[in-house]
Amino acid sequence: MRRGISAVAMAAAIVLGVTACGGSGSDDTSDKGAAAKDPAAVSGTITYWDTSDAKNEAPTYQALIKDFEAKYPKIKVNYQNVDFGTVEQKFKAAAQSGKGAPDVIRTDVGLIPEYASLHYIAPLDGTAALSDTQDFLAGPMNTTKYEGKTYGVPSVTDTLGLLYNKDIFAKAGITAPPTTWDELIADSATIKAKVPGVAGTYVNPDSYFLFPVLFGEGADLADPAGKKVTINSPEAVKAVTEAKKIYDTSSLKIDFASAYDNMQTSFKTGKVAMLIQGPWSVGDDLTGSAFQGKESNLGYAPVPAGSTGKAQAPTGGHDLAVYQGSKNLDASYLFTQFMTSSASQQTIAGKNGTLPTRTSAYTPEVLKNQTIAGFKPIMDTARPRVALPQVGSLFTPLQQEYIKILQGKSSVQDGLDAAAKEFGKLLPGYTVQ
Amino acid sequence: MTTATMDDPAAGTAARPPREPRPGLMTSIRRSWDRYWYAWAMIAPVVIVLAVLVFYPLGYGAYLSLTNANETNVAKDIGPVHIGATYHWVGLHNYWQVLSGRDGDFYPRLEWTLVWTVACVAITYSIGLGMAMLLNRKVKFRLFYRLCLIMPWAVPAFIGVFAWRLMLNSQYGVFNDIITSVGLPAQDWLGSPLSQKIAVIMVNIWVGVPFMMVALLGGLQSIPGELYEAAEMDGASPRQRFWNVTVPGLRPVTSTVVLLSTVWTFNMFAIIYLLLGNNTTGDTDILVTYAYEKAFTGVSDYSAAATYGIVILLILVAFSTFYRRQLKPEQA
Repeated sequence: MRRGISAVAMAAAIVLGVTACGGSGSDDTSDKGAAAKDPAAVSGTITYWDTSDAKNEAPTYQALIKDFEAKYPKIKVNYQNVDFGTVEQKFKAAAQSGKGAPDVIRTDVGLIPEYASLHYIAPLDGTAALSDTQDFLAGPMNTTKYEGKTYGVPSVTDTLGLLYNKDIFAKAGITAPPTTWDELIADSATIKAKVPGVAGTYVNPDSYFLFPVLFGEGADLADPAGKKVTINSPEAVKAVTEAKKIYDTSSLKIDFASAYDNMQTSFKTGKVAMLIQGPWSVGDDLTGSAFQGKESNLGYAPVPAGSTGKAQAPTGGHDLAVYQGSKNLDASYLFTQFMTSSASQQTIAGKNGTLPTRTSAYTPEVLKNQTIAGFKPIMDTARPRVALPQVGSLFTPLQQEYIKILQGKSSVQDGLDAAAKEFGKLLPGYTVQ
Repeated sequence: MTTATMDDPAAGTAARPPREPRPGLMTSIRRSWDRYWYAWAMIAPVVIVLAVLVFYPLGYGAYLSLTNANETNVAKDIGPVHIGATYHWVGLHNYWQVLSGRDGDFYPRLEWTLVWTVACVAITYSIGLGMAMLLNRKVKFRLFYRLCLIMPWAVPAFIGVFAWRLMLNSQYGVFNDIITSVGLPAQDWLGSPLSQKIAVIMVNIWVGVPFMMVALLGGLQSIPGELYEAAEMDGASPRQRFWNVTVPGLRPVTSTVVLLSTVWTFNMFAIIYLLLGNNTTGDTDILVTYAYEKAFTGVSDYSAAATYGIVILLILVAFSTFYRRQLKPEQA
């Protein structure tokens, strides 16, 4: 009840604040339209937190900011690159106290519900930040929604796919990448038999990489509509049993302390034939002996399907969000709009090889990039994750139990039951079977 | 020592006038202020710094542990928008959850924390003592050996830990390269909770031995040589000399380094967190890393993390007090 009151108070405060800024408006709609009417009049300084790779990707964003400042000479953008791994805690600490928080932040799509539920980021419906919304791909656009409102603007998108080494497939006599998990197991056996010293895959024990298997059986972490924890449902058990089977039969043994690095090294040096991976890893793959100078050796395919026949992987990527407490909301909206425009997205895609979120940005020029061309059809298999503020917290217990299952320390059912119990503690009001 | 010398003149002046009825509390505070205001002024900066850096956070942590504060209900200053705090006082509920074992995590974590602390301190102390004794005799290149053995201490902990992580890598690590080159099967050094526990203990010993060695070497050098000569004259065997001269002679140093080492190891965050990374089963978490997870993953649970913090503090305070008390009579 008290929380409800404070939410109302906050909404009132925001409306008052916007009115004060906009000045001329007399009714709600013209308030918000004020900035859009005359963007050239907006002035001030805004801070932008970028989480892109500081060495390879950031220069593209910095160049775009120069263009933005040229277009809107009265707005100055203070660019800061923040490490992706620590940005969540940094932003939350700054956002909570109101000191040192950025005006615009590039955020992982999975964090939108958390930030929105904590009131850190502003709803963007009807603001200048959102323009041409029907041009956005449905998957990335879905990641920006929380409780019916839009809290972000999609900037780049990605999903998991199956990357494979064409040379190894040719040596093993496999003509097409596997389309089901069982085919992946069979292909791995063929590869193991025909190409000595090469394993089928390298399972990533991070629970994010479990999603394609879960989705393939129609399972998910929880069901927000029915307020139920579903991680120990029969479908989920079936999915994790399959994942365990893949690990036991087809994968190199995981080094749990350095799983991601070892997985990448094994793939790019040709010790492993296929990986479930995202487009972000391709740049690294191309530096390895198996792909250096022969980019065409890298094959792209959708993730294999489960017994439901559906191949699905989580939608990833980044959205731009505006800090609710920004002192310069109008400039922040304009900046967000500029950075997510089709033209900007084409520049980013061309330079960084990341996938745009607008249909119009997939120009023939952009599709010349092999990673983008390879992943574009795979994006059709992407679906959003369950939009819960606690999703970040749910990953930890799931991952711990998943690792126990992979290590053979607990059975699939026991492990998932334990994870479900932990989920129940984190999701008040949810029933655990 | 300084307090003793400061007290002495005070005691002298107080004794001079003939016996009066004891002054009231306020009077004595005022007198004390009149007499020592200068001393109070001199220590004021320290008191203020301690208050700001230690007592305030500690008090705030203790307060949070008695509430249900988490990130969704604490006060927020989001620019022009202020959202008031909506968390409330829950008394000792959090402590009850933890200490009754209801949260299901405290006792397993405590058990492993104790095993980890005892194993690390005992082994580190033994190796440190052994090395100190080796280096306490006249050998060639003694300085060189000492420098080499201090190296782990000079390397920043996180660099040392990452180096170990690379060496222990099961696919590309140097240890497996070595043992497979002599025909032994490759080992999965960090592949199961048990082997991970052994690995973190090993690395912590590697980090901790130099400090022990240096401290104990200092202790050994302060034992008078005459004691050993006298013992030798009396026909004591080397073993007897060790137990009856070296060990008692080291007692003051031992008691301090064991106490310090216990407190440090109990709260050794970096090694466990950095050596094992994120892909663990949670079995290798000690209390401190567990509390960190509470506070810094997803929607932060401040009250639970604060409760763990206070419980850790109480355990260590209780241990230190008990340990000191046990040692005092023997020293005297």
